[in-house]
Amino acid sequence: MGNKSLLLVSVTGFILGLVFTLQSRPTLMEFGAVSWMPSMISISIVREIGPVIIALICAGRIGSSIGAELGSMKVTEQIDAMEVSGTNPFKFLVVTRILAATCMLPILVIIGDFVALIGSAIIENTKGDVSFLLYFNQVFEALEFTDLLPATIKTFFFGFAIGLVGCFKGYNSKKGTAGVGKASNSAVVFTSMLLFVLDFIAVFITDIFYN
Amino acid sequence: MENKAVIEISHLYKSFGTVDVLKDFNLNLFEGENLVLMGKSGSGKSVMIKCLVGLMEVDKGSIKVLGKDISKLKQNELDELRTDIGFLFQGSALYDSMTVRENLEFPLRRHSHNSEKKTEALVKEALDNVGLPDTIDLMPAELSGGMQRRIALSRALILKPKIIIYDEPTTGLDPITAKEIILLMMNIQKKYATSSLIITHDVDCARVISNRMILLLDGKDYAEGSFNDLAKSDDPKIKAFFK
Ligand SMILES: Nc1ncnc2c1ncn2[C@@H]1O[C@H](COP(=O)(O)OP(=O)(O)OP(=O)(O)O)[C@@H](O)[C@H]1O
Ligand SMILES: [Mg+2]
Repeated sequence: MGNKSLLLVSVTGFILGLVFTLQSRPTLMEFGAVSWMPSMISISIVREIGPVIIALICAGRIGSSIGAELGSMKVTEQIDAMEVSGTNPFKFLVVTRILAATCMLPILVIIGDFVALIGSAIIENTKGDVSFLLYFNQVFEALEFTDLLPATIKTFFFGFAIGLVGCFKGYNSKKGTAGVGKASNSAVVFTSMLLFVLDFIAVFITDIFYN
Repeated sequence: MENKAVIEISHLYKSFGTVDVLKDFNLNLFEGENLVLMGKSGSGKSVMIKCLVGLMEVDKGSIKVLGKDISKLKQNELDELRTDIGFLFQGSALYDSMTVRENLEFPLRRHSHNSEKKTEALVKEALDNVGLPDTIDLMPAELSGGMQRRIALSRALILKPKIIIYDEPTTGLDPITAKEIILLMMNIQKKYATSSLIITHDVDCARVISNRMILLLDGKDYAEGSFNDLAKSDDPKIKAFFK
Protein backbone atom coordinates (compact mmCIF):
# COMPACT_ATOMS: atom_id res chain seq x y z
CA MET A 1 0.00 0.00 0.00
CA GLY A 2 3.06 2.21 0.27
CA ASN A 3 4.08 3.61 -3.08
CA LYS A 4 0.66 4.48 -4.46
CA SER A 5 -0.11 6.31 -1.23
CA LEU A 6 3.19 8.11 -1.59
CA LEU A 7 2.23 9.52 -4.98
CA LEU A 8 -1.22 10.46 -3.74
CA VAL A 9 0.17 12.17 -0.66
CA SER A 10 2.82 14.03 -2.65
CA VAL A 11 0.37 15.38 -5.20
CA THR A 12 -2.10 16.40 -2.51
CA GLY A 13 0.62 17.99 -0.41
CA PHE A 14 2.02 19.92 -3.34
CA ILE A 15 -1.35 21.33 -4.38
CA LEU A 16 -2.15 22.12 -0.78
CA GLY A 17 1.04 24.17 -0.52
CA LEU A 18 0.37 26.01 -3.79
CA VAL A 19 -3.24 26.85 -3.07
CA PHE A 20 -2.74 27.76 0.53
CA THR A 21 0.04 30.20 -0.33
CA LEU A 22 -1.85 31.74 -3.25
CA GLN A 23 -4.92 32.27 -1.10
CA SER A 24 -3.03 33.80 1.81
CA ARG A 25 -0.94 36.17 -0.26
CA PRO A 26 -3.46 38.98 -0.86
CA THR A 27 -4.46 39.12 2.78
CA LEU A 28 -0.90 39.19 4.02
CA MET A 29 -0.04 41.83 1.44
CA GLU A 30 -2.83 44.05 2.73
CA PHE A 31 -1.14 44.07 6.08
CA GLY A 32 2.30 44.36 4.56
CA ALA A 33 3.22 41.06 6.12
CA VAL A 34 4.17 38.89 3.15
CA SER A 35 7.53 38.24 4.74
CA TRP A 36 5.71 36.22 7.37
CA MET A 37 4.52 33.81 4.74
CA PRO A 38 7.08 31.04 5.28
CA SER A 39 6.59 30.92 9.04
CA MET A 40 2.81 31.15 8.81
CA ILE A 41 2.50 28.46 6.17
CA SER A 42 4.96 26.10 7.79
CA ILE A 43 3.38 26.30 11.21
CA SER A 44 -0.14 25.81 10.00
CA ILE A 45 0.78 22.97 7.67
CA VAL A 46 3.03 21.09 10.05
CA ARG A 47 0.89 21.50 13.10
CA GLU A 48 -2.54 20.93 11.72
CA ILE A 49 -3.43 20.91 8.06
CA GLY A 50 -0.79 18.45 6.90
CA PRO A 51 -1.52 15.69 9.41
CA VAL A 52 -5.30 15.98 9.08
CA ILE A 53 -5.53 16.22 5.29
CA ILE A 54 -3.03 13.45 4.72
CA ALA A 55 -4.64 11.20 7.32
CA LEU A 56 -8.00 11.75 5.60
CA ILE A 57 -6.50 10.86 2.24
CA CYS A 58 -5.00 7.73 3.75
CA ALA A 59 -8.28 6.82 5.41
CA GLY A 60 -9.76 6.83 1.93
CA ARG A 61 -6.89 4.95 0.40
CA ILE A 62 -5.50 2.59 3.05
CA GLY A 63 -8.51 2.21 5.35
CA SER A 64 -10.85 1.31 2.54
CA SER A 65 -8.45 -1.18 1.02
CA ILE A 66 -7.89 -2.91 4.35
CA GLY A 67 -11.64 -3.02 4.90
CA ALA A 68 -12.31 -4.44 1.47
CA GLU A 69 -9.46 -6.94 1.61
CA LEU A 70 -10.31 -8.40 4.99
CA GLY A 71 -14.00 -8.23 4.15
CA SER A 72 -13.60 -10.30 1.03
CA MET A 73 -11.33 -12.73 2.85
CA LYS A 74 -14.05 -13.10 5.42
CA VAL A 75 -16.92 -13.72 3.02
CA THR A 76 -14.94 -16.16 0.86
CA GLU A 77 -14.05 -18.16 3.98
CA GLN A 78 -10.32 -17.46 3.64
CA ILE A 79 -10.21 -16.35 7.25
CA ASP A 80 -11.93 -19.58 8.32
CA ALA A 81 -9.45 -21.52 6.20
CA MET A 82 -6.55 -19.86 8.01
CA GLU A 83 -8.05 -20.70 11.33
CA VAL A 84 -8.54 -24.38 10.53
CA SER A 85 -4.98 -24.60 9.31
CA GLY A 86 -3.87 -23.55 12.75
CA THR A 87 -2.87 -19.96 12.10
CA ASN A 88 -4.34 -17.26 14.23
CA PRO A 89 -5.86 -15.04 11.52
CA PHE A 90 -6.07 -12.18 13.96
CA LYS A 91 -2.32 -12.08 14.46
CA PHE A 92 -1.54 -12.87 10.87
CA LEU A 93 -3.87 -10.37 9.23
CA VAL A 94 -4.98 -7.77 11.73
CA VAL A 95 -1.92 -7.09 13.85
CA THR A 96 0.37 -6.77 10.83
CA ARG A 97 -1.94 -4.33 9.08
CA ILE A 98 -2.48 -2.13 12.10
CA LEU A 99 1.26 -2.02 12.71
CA ALA A 100 1.95 -1.14 9.09
CA ALA A 101 -0.62 1.66 9.06
CA THR A 102 0.67 3.03 12.37
CA CYS A 103 4.26 3.20 11.14
CA MET A 104 3.42 4.33 7.64
CA LEU A 105 1.25 7.34 8.38
CA PRO A 106 3.85 9.48 10.21
CA ILE A 107 6.25 8.96 7.32
CA LEU A 108 3.63 9.88 4.74
CA VAL A 109 2.68 12.97 6.72
CA ILE A 110 6.28 14.15 6.97
CA ILE A 111 6.72 13.68 3.23
CA GLY A 112 3.39 15.40 2.51
CA ASP A 113 4.30 18.35 4.74
CA PHE A 114 7.63 18.72 3.04
CA VAL A 115 6.15 18.62 -0.46
CA ALA A 116 3.53 21.17 0.59
CA LEU A 117 6.28 23.52 1.73
CA ILE A 118 8.05 23.08 -1.60
CA GLY A 119 4.78 24.01 -3.33
CA SER A 120 4.50 27.07 -1.18
CA ALA A 121 8.13 28.02 -1.80
CA ILE A 122 7.57 27.84 -5.54
CA ILE A 123 4.77 30.40 -5.31
CA GLU A 124 6.83 32.68 -3.11
CA ASN A 125 9.70 32.30 -5.50
CA THR A 126 7.70 33.22 -8.58
CA LYS A 127 5.21 35.74 -7.22
CA GLY A 128 7.43 37.33 -4.64
CA ASP A 129 11.14 37.15 -4.86
CA VAL A 130 12.02 34.89 -2.05
CA SER A 131 14.76 32.43 -2.88
CA PHE A 132 14.30 28.80 -1.90
CA LEU A 133 17.17 29.12 0.49
CA LEU A 134 15.68 32.09 2.24
CA TYR A 135 12.26 30.47 2.31
CA PHE A 136 13.46 27.30 3.98
CA ASN A 137 15.70 29.25 6.30
CA GLN A 138 12.65 31.05 7.56
CA VAL A 139 10.70 27.83 7.76
CA PHE A 140 13.25 26.19 10.01
CA GLU A 141 13.50 29.32 12.08
CA ALA A 142 9.76 29.37 12.60
CA LEU A 143 9.32 25.70 13.35
CA GLU A 144 10.16 24.58 16.80
CA PHE A 145 10.47 21.21 18.39
CA THR A 146 7.20 21.93 20.14
CA ASP A 147 5.51 22.10 16.76
CA LEU A 148 7.01 18.92 15.40
CA LEU A 149 6.74 16.59 18.35
CA PRO A 150 3.01 16.71 19.09
CA ALA A 151 2.23 16.80 15.38
CA THR A 152 4.23 13.64 14.79
CA ILE A 153 2.90 11.83 17.84
CA LYS A 154 -0.66 12.39 16.79
CA THR A 155 0.01 10.95 13.35
CA PHE A 156 0.89 7.62 14.96
CA PHE A 157 -2.55 7.61 16.53
CA PHE A 158 -4.11 8.57 13.21
CA GLY A 159 -2.37 5.64 11.54
CA PHE A 160 -3.42 3.30 14.30
CA ALA A 161 -7.03 4.45 13.95
CA ILE A 162 -7.00 3.94 10.19
CA GLY A 163 -5.64 0.39 10.54
CA LEU A 164 -7.86 -0.54 13.46
CA VAL A 165 -11.13 0.63 11.96
CA GLY A 166 -10.33 -0.87 8.53
CA CYS A 167 -9.54 -4.23 10.10
CA PHE A 168 -12.50 -4.15 12.43
CA LYS A 169 -14.99 -3.35 9.68
CA GLY A 170 -13.47 -5.90 7.31
CA TYR A 171 -13.17 -8.67 9.86
CA ASN A 172 -16.79 -8.27 10.90
CA SER A 173 -18.25 -7.77 7.47
CA LYS A 174 -21.53 -9.46 6.65
CA LYS A 175 -21.95 -12.23 4.14
CA GLY A 176 -21.99 -11.50 0.44
CA THR A 177 -20.32 -9.01 -1.85
CA ALA A 178 -22.61 -6.24 -0.61
CA GLY A 179 -21.11 -6.82 2.83
CA VAL A 180 -17.62 -6.16 1.49
CA GLY A 181 -18.63 -2.86 -0.09
CA LYS A 182 -20.31 -1.81 3.08
CA ALA A 183 -17.30 -2.77 5.17
CA SER A 184 -14.90 -0.69 3.13
CA ASN A 185 -17.29 2.22 2.88
CA SER A 186 -18.06 2.39 6.57
CA ALA A 187 -14.36 1.99 7.36
CA VAL A 188 -13.70 5.27 5.53
CA VAL A 189 -16.66 7.13 6.95
CA PHE A 190 -16.04 6.05 10.50
CA THR A 191 -12.29 6.64 10.33
CA SER A 192 -12.73 10.13 8.93
CA MET A 193 -14.95 11.08 11.82
CA LEU A 194 -12.65 9.44 14.31
CA LEU A 195 -9.67 11.35 12.91
CA PHE A 196 -11.29 14.68 13.71
CA VAL A 197 -12.13 13.53 17.21
CA LEU A 198 -8.56 12.33 17.75
CA ASP A 199 -7.22 15.57 16.35
CA PHE A 200 -9.35 17.56 18.74
CA ILE A 201 -8.10 15.48 21.66
CA ALA A 202 -4.50 15.89 20.50
CA VAL A 203 -4.82 19.65 20.20
CA PHE A 204 -6.51 19.82 23.55
CA ILE A 205 -3.72 17.89 25.25
CA THR A 206 -0.99 19.85 23.49
CA ASP A 207 -2.62 23.03 24.62
CA ILE A 208 -2.55 21.92 28.26
CA PHE A 209 1.11 20.98 27.98
CA TYR A 210 2.43 24.11 26.35
CA ASN A 211 0.30 26.83 27.85
CA MET B 1 -17.03 -53.84 9.40
CA GLU B 2 -17.66 -51.77 12.48
CA ASN B 3 -14.57 -49.62 12.96
CA LYS B 4 -13.59 -47.08 15.55
CA ALA B 5 -15.47 -43.77 15.33
CA VAL B 6 -13.21 -40.83 14.44
CA ILE B 7 -15.99 -38.26 14.72
CA GLU B 8 -18.83 -38.53 17.20
CA ILE B 9 -21.47 -35.83 17.25
CA SER B 10 -24.29 -36.28 19.71
CA HIS B 11 -27.37 -34.20 20.42
CA LEU B 12 -26.04 -31.10 18.71
CA TYR B 13 -28.11 -27.91 18.94
CA LYS B 14 -27.31 -24.65 17.22
CA SER B 15 -29.46 -21.61 16.59
CA PHE B 16 -28.96 -18.09 15.25
CA GLY B 17 -31.25 -15.73 17.10
CA THR B 18 -34.70 -17.21 16.73
CA VAL B 19 -33.74 -19.57 13.90
CA ASP B 20 -33.02 -23.08 15.12
CA VAL B 21 -30.69 -24.55 12.55
CA LEU B 22 -29.67 -27.79 14.24
CA LYS B 23 -31.97 -29.55 16.66
CA ASP B 24 -30.66 -32.78 18.15
CA PHE B 25 -28.32 -33.75 15.34
CA ASN B 26 -26.29 -36.96 15.65
CA LEU B 27 -23.53 -38.33 13.45
CA ASN B 28 -20.71 -40.83 13.70
CA LEU B 29 -17.92 -41.11 11.18
CA PHE B 30 -16.05 -44.41 11.31
CA GLU B 31 -12.46 -44.96 10.40
CA GLY B 32 -11.87 -45.48 6.70
CA GLU B 33 -15.40 -44.82 5.48
CA ASN B 34 -16.88 -42.29 3.07
CA LEU B 35 -19.90 -40.82 4.76
CA VAL B 36 -22.13 -38.59 2.68
CA LEU B 37 -24.32 -36.00 4.35
CA MET B 38 -27.16 -34.68 2.24
CA GLY B 39 -29.53 -31.89 3.06
CA LYS B 40 -31.36 -29.05 1.39
CA SER B 41 -29.69 -25.70 0.88
CA GLY B 42 -29.83 -23.80 4.13
CA SER B 43 -30.48 -26.90 6.21
CA GLY B 44 -27.36 -26.26 8.28
CA LYS B 45 -24.74 -28.54 6.74
CA SER B 46 -22.03 -25.90 6.64
CA VAL B 47 -22.98 -24.77 10.13
CA MET B 48 -22.62 -28.36 11.36
CA ILE B 49 -19.10 -28.79 10.00
CA LYS B 50 -18.05 -25.38 11.23
CA CYS B 51 -19.07 -26.50 14.70
CA LEU B 52 -17.14 -29.68 14.08
CA VAL B 53 -13.81 -27.92 13.54
CA GLY B 54 -14.43 -25.34 16.22
CA LEU B 55 -15.10 -22.39 13.94
CA MET B 56 -18.49 -21.92 15.57
CA GLU B 57 -19.58 -22.58 19.10
CA VAL B 58 -22.36 -25.05 19.69
CA ASP B 59 -25.32 -24.25 21.90
CA LYS B 60 -25.69 -27.73 23.30
CA GLY B 61 -24.41 -31.23 22.64
CA SER B 62 -21.02 -32.82 22.36
CA ILE B 63 -18.55 -33.21 19.52
CA LYS B 64 -15.67 -35.64 19.76
CA VAL B 65 -12.98 -35.74 17.10
CA LEU B 66 -10.44 -38.56 17.32
CA GLY B 67 -11.67 -39.18 20.85
CA LYS B 68 -11.22 -35.58 22.02
CA ASP B 69 -14.08 -33.36 23.08
CA ILE B 70 -13.43 -30.21 21.06
CA SER B 71 -15.23 -27.86 23.43
CA LYS B 72 -12.79 -28.81 26.19
CA LEU B 73 -9.60 -28.20 24.22
CA LYS B 74 -7.30 -25.24 24.68
CA GLN B 75 -6.45 -23.19 21.59
CA ASN B 76 -3.11 -24.89 20.98
CA GLU B 77 -4.62 -28.35 21.46
CA LEU B 78 -7.38 -27.44 19.04
CA ASP B 79 -4.81 -26.25 16.50
CA GLU B 80 -2.94 -29.51 16.98
CA LEU B 81 -6.11 -31.53 16.41
CA ARG B 82 -6.89 -29.49 13.29
CA THR B 83 -3.74 -30.79 11.64
CA ASP B 84 -5.50 -34.16 11.51
CA ILE B 85 -8.50 -32.67 9.72
CA GLY B 86 -8.42 -31.59 6.10
CA PHE B 87 -11.11 -29.10 5.17
CA LEU B 88 -12.28 -28.35 1.65
CA PHE B 89 -14.36 -25.21 1.75
CA GLN B 90 -17.50 -24.71 -0.29
CA GLY B 91 -15.99 -21.83 -2.28
CA SER B 92 -12.43 -23.23 -2.33
CA ALA B 93 -11.25 -20.38 -0.07
CA LEU B 94 -7.81 -20.07 -1.63
CA TYR B 95 -5.83 -17.11 -0.31
CA ASP B 96 -6.13 -14.81 -3.28
CA SER B 97 -3.15 -12.64 -2.44
CA MET B 98 -0.82 -15.65 -2.48
CA THR B 99 0.44 -17.87 -5.27
CA VAL B 100 -0.53 -21.53 -5.48
CA ARG B 101 2.80 -22.46 -3.93
CA GLU B 102 2.29 -20.10 -1.00
CA ASN B 103 -1.24 -21.38 -0.55
CA LEU B 104 0.05 -24.92 -0.21
CA GLU B 105 2.95 -23.94 2.01
CA PHE B 106 0.68 -22.07 4.36
CA PRO B 107 -0.51 -25.04 6.44
CA LEU B 108 3.00 -26.52 6.38
CA ARG B 109 4.64 -23.39 7.72
CA ARG B 110 2.37 -23.20 10.69
CA HIS B 111 2.52 -26.79 11.72
CA SER B 112 5.69 -28.61 11.00
CA HIS B 113 9.25 -27.52 11.04
CA ASN B 114 10.16 -28.98 7.71
CA SER B 115 13.29 -28.14 5.83
CA GLU B 116 12.86 -26.13 2.66
CA LYS B 117 13.59 -29.18 0.56
CA LYS B 118 10.94 -31.24 2.28
CA THR B 119 8.40 -28.45 1.96
CA GLU B 120 9.15 -28.19 -1.74
CA ALA B 121 8.73 -31.95 -2.13
CA LEU B 122 5.43 -31.94 -0.26
CA VAL B 123 4.10 -29.10 -2.41
CA LYS B 124 5.12 -30.93 -5.58
CA GLU B 125 3.52 -34.15 -4.38
CA ALA B 126 0.31 -32.34 -3.45
CA LEU B 127 0.10 -30.72 -6.89
CA ASP B 128 0.88 -34.00 -8.67
CA ASN B 129 -1.92 -35.65 -6.71
CA VAL B 130 -4.42 -33.29 -8.31
CA GLY B 131 -2.70 -33.27 -11.68
CA LEU B 132 -1.78 -29.57 -11.73
CA PRO B 133 2.00 -29.39 -11.34
CA ASP B 134 2.30 -26.44 -13.73
CA THR B 135 0.17 -24.05 -11.73
CA ILE B 136 2.67 -23.67 -8.92
CA ASP B 137 3.56 -20.03 -9.58
CA LEU B 138 0.13 -18.82 -10.66
CA MET B 139 -2.28 -16.76 -8.61
CA PRO B 140 -5.67 -18.29 -7.73
CA ALA B 141 -7.44 -15.67 -9.87
CA GLU B 142 -5.65 -17.07 -12.92
CA LEU B 143 -7.20 -20.52 -12.45
CA SER B 144 -10.61 -21.80 -13.50
CA GLY B 145 -13.16 -22.75 -10.85
CA GLY B 146 -12.43 -26.43 -11.28
CA MET B 147 -8.68 -25.90 -10.99
CA GLN B 148 -9.18 -23.78 -7.90
CA ARG B 149 -11.22 -26.56 -6.34
CA ARG B 150 -8.44 -29.04 -7.09
CA ILE B 151 -5.78 -26.76 -5.61
CA ALA B 152 -7.96 -26.31 -2.55
CA LEU B 153 -8.22 -30.08 -2.33
CA SER B 154 -4.47 -30.48 -2.49
CA ARG B 155 -4.08 -27.81 0.19
CA ALA B 156 -6.53 -29.66 2.43
CA LEU B 157 -4.50 -32.83 1.98
CA ILE B 158 -1.02 -31.48 2.38
CA LEU B 159 -0.70 -32.35 6.05
CA LYS B 160 -1.88 -35.92 5.34
CA PRO B 161 -4.91 -35.58 7.59
CA LYS B 162 -6.70 -38.58 9.09
CA ILE B 163 -10.09 -37.03 8.39
CA ILE B 164 -11.16 -34.98 5.40
CA ILE B 165 -14.28 -32.87 5.35
CA TYR B 166 -15.59 -31.85 1.95
CA ASP B 167 -18.17 -29.05 1.86
CA GLU B 168 -19.95 -29.49 -1.47
CA PRO B 169 -16.88 -30.46 -3.49
CA THR B 170 -18.71 -30.50 -6.82
CA THR B 171 -21.06 -27.53 -6.51
CA GLY B 172 -20.68 -24.92 -9.23
CA LEU B 173 -18.69 -27.20 -11.51
CA ASP B 174 -19.77 -28.73 -14.82
CA PRO B 175 -20.58 -32.48 -14.75
CA ILE B 176 -17.27 -33.51 -16.30
CA THR B 177 -15.12 -31.49 -13.94
CA ALA B 178 -17.31 -32.66 -11.08
CA LYS B 179 -16.60 -36.25 -12.06
CA GLU B 180 -12.88 -35.51 -12.12
CA ILE B 181 -13.04 -34.14 -8.62
CA ILE B 182 -14.94 -37.21 -7.45
CA LEU B 183 -12.33 -39.49 -9.00
CA LEU B 184 -9.59 -37.50 -7.31
CA MET B 185 -11.34 -37.81 -3.98
CA MET B 186 -11.59 -41.57 -4.43
CA ASN B 187 -7.94 -41.90 -5.39
CA ILE B 188 -6.87 -39.90 -2.40
CA GLN B 189 -9.06 -42.04 -0.17
CA LYS B 190 -7.32 -45.15 -1.50
CA LYS B 191 -3.84 -43.70 -1.37
CA TYR B 192 -3.92 -42.27 2.14
CA ALA B 193 -6.70 -44.35 3.74
CA THR B 194 -8.49 -41.32 5.13
CA SER B 195 -11.95 -41.10 6.63
CA SER B 196 -14.14 -38.69 4.73
CA LEU B 197 -17.23 -36.70 5.53
CA ILE B 198 -18.70 -35.45 2.28
CA ILE B 199 -21.41 -32.85 2.10
CA THR B 200 -23.24 -32.70 -1.17
CA HIS B 201 -26.49 -32.08 -3.03
CA ASP B 202 -25.19 -34.08 -5.92
CA VAL B 203 -26.96 -37.45 -6.14
CA ASP B 204 -24.45 -38.82 -8.65
CA CYS B 205 -21.58 -37.88 -6.41
CA ALA B 206 -23.29 -39.54 -3.46
CA ARG B 207 -23.96 -42.72 -5.44
CA VAL B 208 -20.37 -43.11 -6.54
CA ILE B 209 -18.55 -42.19 -3.41
CA SER B 210 -20.64 -43.10 -0.40
CA ASN B 211 -20.32 -46.15 1.82
CA ARG B 212 -23.05 -44.77 4.02
CA MET B 213 -25.34 -41.73 3.97
CA ILE B 214 -27.07 -39.50 6.44
CA LEU B 215 -29.90 -37.15 5.49
CA LEU B 216 -30.15 -33.85 7.34
CA LEU B 217 -33.74 -32.68 7.58
CA ASP B 218 -35.37 -30.24 10.01
CA GLY B 219 -32.11 -29.97 11.91
CA LYS B 220 -32.00 -33.70 12.67
CA ASP B 221 -30.24 -36.72 11.26
CA TYR B 222 -33.49 -37.76 9.64
CA ALA B 223 -32.40 -41.00 8.00
CA GLU B 224 -29.30 -43.14 7.69
CA GLY B 225 -28.28 -46.02 5.46
CA SER B 226 -26.54 -47.05 2.29
CA PHE B 227 -27.28 -45.19 -0.93
CA ASN B 228 -29.35 -48.07 -2.28
CA ASP B 229 -31.39 -48.48 0.90
CA LEU B 230 -32.25 -44.81 1.04
CA ALA B 231 -32.94 -44.54 -2.68
CA LYS B 232 -35.50 -47.34 -2.36
CA SER B 233 -37.26 -45.79 0.62
CA ASP B 234 -41.02 -45.11 0.47
CA ASP B 235 -40.86 -42.09 2.76
CA PRO B 236 -41.79 -39.11 0.56
CA LYS B 237 -39.38 -36.85 2.45
CA ILE B 238 -36.50 -39.18 1.65
CA LYS B 239 -37.68 -39.72 -1.92
CA ALA B 240 -37.46 -35.97 -2.50
CA PHE B 241 -33.66 -36.16 -2.19
CA PHE B 242 -33.27 -38.67 -5.00
CA LYS B 243 -35.50 -37.15 -7.65
N1 LIG C 1 -23.09 -16.68 10.80
C1 LIG C 1 -24.42 -16.85 10.67
N2 LIG C 1 -25.27 -16.00 11.25
C2 LIG C 1 -26.59 -16.16 11.15
N3 LIG C 1 -27.19 -17.16 10.49
C3 LIG C 1 -26.41 -18.06 9.87
C4 LIG C 1 -24.97 -17.95 9.93
N4 LIG C 1 -24.45 -18.98 9.25
C5 LIG C 1 -25.50 -19.68 8.79
N5 LIG C 1 -26.67 -19.14 9.16
C6 LIG C 1 -28.00 -19.67 8.86
O1 LIG C 1 -27.99 -21.05 9.11
C7 LIG C 1 -28.72 -21.74 8.13
C8 LIG C 1 -27.90 -22.87 7.57
O2 LIG C 1 -26.82 -22.38 6.82
P1 LIG C 1 -25.74 -23.30 6.16
O3 LIG C 1 -24.74 -22.42 5.55
O4 LIG C 1 -25.28 -24.31 7.14
O5 LIG C 1 -26.58 -24.03 5.04
P2 LIG C 1 -26.12 -25.22 4.13
O6 LIG C 1 -26.89 -26.41 4.53
O7 LIG C 1 -24.64 -25.34 4.13
O8 LIG C 1 -26.64 -24.73 2.72
P3 LIG C 1 -25.89 -24.73 1.30
O9 LIG C 1 -26.15 -26.08 0.76
O10 LIG C 1 -26.59 -23.67 0.55
O11 LIG C 1 -24.46 -24.46 1.54
C9 LIG C 1 -29.14 -20.73 7.10
O12 LIG C 1 -30.52 -20.45 7.31
C10 LIG C 1 -28.32 -19.51 7.40
O13 LIG C 1 -29.08 -18.37 7.18
MG1 LIG D 1 -23.09 -24.93 2.85
